[in-house]
Amino acid sequence: MSFGKLIERLAQLIPVLLGVSVIVFFMMALTPGDPVEIMIGDSNVTLEQEARLRSDLGLDRPPVERFFVFLKNAVSGDFGLSFYHRRPVSEVIAERLPATIELSLVALLLALFTSVPLGVLAAVWKNTFLDRLATVGSLFGVSLPGFWFGILLLMLFSVRLHILPVSGRIGYEFEVAPITHLLLIDTLLQGRFDAFANALKHIIMPAVVLGLPMAAILTRVTRTSMLEVLSQDYIIFAEAKGLSRRRILVRHALKNALIPTVTVAALQTGSLLGGNMIVETVFGWPGLGRLVVESIFLRNYPLVQAAVLLYAVTYVTLNFLADILYTVLNPRVRL
Amino acid sequence: MSGALARAAGGGKMADESPFRRNIRLFLSSRLSTVSAAVVLGFVVLAVAAPLFAPQDPNETDLLRRLQPPVWMAGGEWGYLLGCDALGRDILSRIIYGARISIFIGIFVVLMATCIGIVAGLAAGYLRGWTDVVISRLVDILLGFPYLIFAIALIAMMGPGLQNLLLALVYKEWVVPCRLVRGETLAAREVEYVEAARALGASRRHIMLREILPNILSPVIVVSTIRVAHVIILEASLSFLGLGVQPPTASWGSMVADGRSYMLESWWVSTFPGLAILLLVLAINVASQGLRDAFDPKFHD
Repeated sequence: MSFGKLIERLAQLIPVLLGVSVIVFFMMALTPGDPVEIMIGDSNVTLEQEARLRSDLGLDRPPVERFFVFLKNAVSGDFGLSFYHRRPVSEVIAERLPATIELSLVALLLALFTSVPLGVLAAVWKNTFLDRLATVGSLFGVSLPGFWFGILLLMLFSVRLHILPVSGRIGYEFEVAPITHLLLIDTLLQGRFDAFANALKHIIMPAVVLGLPMAAILTRVTRTSMLEVLSQDYIIFAEAKGLSRRRILVRHALKNALIPTVTVAALQTGSLLGGNMIVETVFGWPGLGRLVVESIFLRNYPLVQAAVLLYAVTYVTLNFLADILYTVLNPRVRL
Repeated sequence: MSGALARAAGGGKMADESPFRRNIRLFLSSRLSTVSAAVVLGFVVLAVAAPLFAPQDPNETDLLRRLQPPVWMAGGEWGYLLGCDALGRDILSRIIYGARISIFIGIFVVLMATCIGIVAGLAAGYLRGWTDVVISRLVDILLGFPYLIFAIALIAMMGPGLQNLLLALVYKEWVVPCRLVRGETLAAREVEYVEAARALGASRRHIMLREILPNILSPVIVVSTIRVAHVIILEASLSFLGLGVQPPTASWGSMVADGRSYMLESWWVSTFPGLAILLLVLAINVASQGLRDAFDPKFHD
């Protein structure tokens, strides 16, 4: 892909991001329920104090003007005060973000490391028991409601067998000094293997539930594209040349077969964002998803607004990357 | 042309078969597809005639039956086959009534979204120009939101409840058929029969609705059926979070959520409603895969 095309694609993102911010702003600005009244709650405040708070927050100005203020502040990472925490929204979100990133990364890795081998083997051994297992498995994977599957796992592994914790990120007895804020990495960096094992026990169930639909989709994609590659002339030629089956698969087929997998994986990473809300709620995972769900019920709108915008921007970026990745990996596609 | 091909390929008795009937026959020739379609149909019948099938009133509470186990466990009763929830309501009856919510929302949302998507997609793909720019930009912007997050944000704003849930889902769902219809229309507008209709002086409306639409309808139908499964899971997820249909109306998602507090002892409260979601969604997914295989000419060999 040429540099000019890249710039062109980047420029196309601008109207999308602008449109996304307009929607996010007006979603929250038009919400019934006065934020000032929510902030004041039951405390005794005079009418003048209320009016001053309103003008301090800029809520007395017209919506269009407020939108531009919102946009200007959003670009500099200022999303106002979280009513509930009485601290800047950006600070509260930054605190919760690493937990969500860590969970998403582990789910992504789990999905990739199960789906790629399974998809490849299902294609190589087409119509065998393993192939059918992969097909049925991926159908279940996309049909299982995550929240229910999570509860089933909890009932089995936590309630019955007592081998995995019910909620949280790590046991209370462990204090881990933050380096990357990703517990699995921080504990390893500090050589604290007991804490690592504990964090691993906490993350495994949520990561499996979050990664399952993605693994299901990726298995199907890998299988289909591997089957297509295996029927190509150059593979048949390589076979005729007498190359070993293993060499053909690894050297010739896999490289091309994985192009769609990588692209779909990048696209699906975006869908992990939505799944996070459900999974974090089920497993009491202290991440952004659960914070957003809680904030909705607390009518903590500035936080919801900031989080939705953050999700949308991440999603748009991931889709863009998937697009670029596809063009870069697949020289036949010229944008 | 495909009719002629089918005639040439099929011959004999099937010579007079319309492509649609042939596709249906192909669909029913797969046992798995037939079984799945039967399961989906079973759920629909259950939902429509819920009062006939439900052994109890789904909303009648009975504290003496609080968390009563299913019939095969000690303390179970035949009248309460799958046990009772924390308010002593019959879980089976609530699942049967819950099917109404899931199926109604799934079908209503996809139907509305498909109608909007067809109109918008036809307009964007056939008229091009500014219409296309505006519609496509709107689609791009809506695609910028993860689905669940968009719905959650909208419902947070409008408040929970059936009507807002439907709106929130339709606002996002129409994008799927719209993109599909636009793409198909772009391809179809260059085809000879459309050019011929244009040359004969047919109106734009006639060309879009009478010439193009019937020819692009089968992929739209196939995708719609898969989307119903998707919407049902979304509705259940939103209800699970407490943002969907409000109590006491039985919804599978909120029933699973209710059982979360009692999973230490009463596993049945969450398990059975979730099983119902899985069964219905799985059946729809398998059936729609069969539908795609039957209707997509690529798979006919």
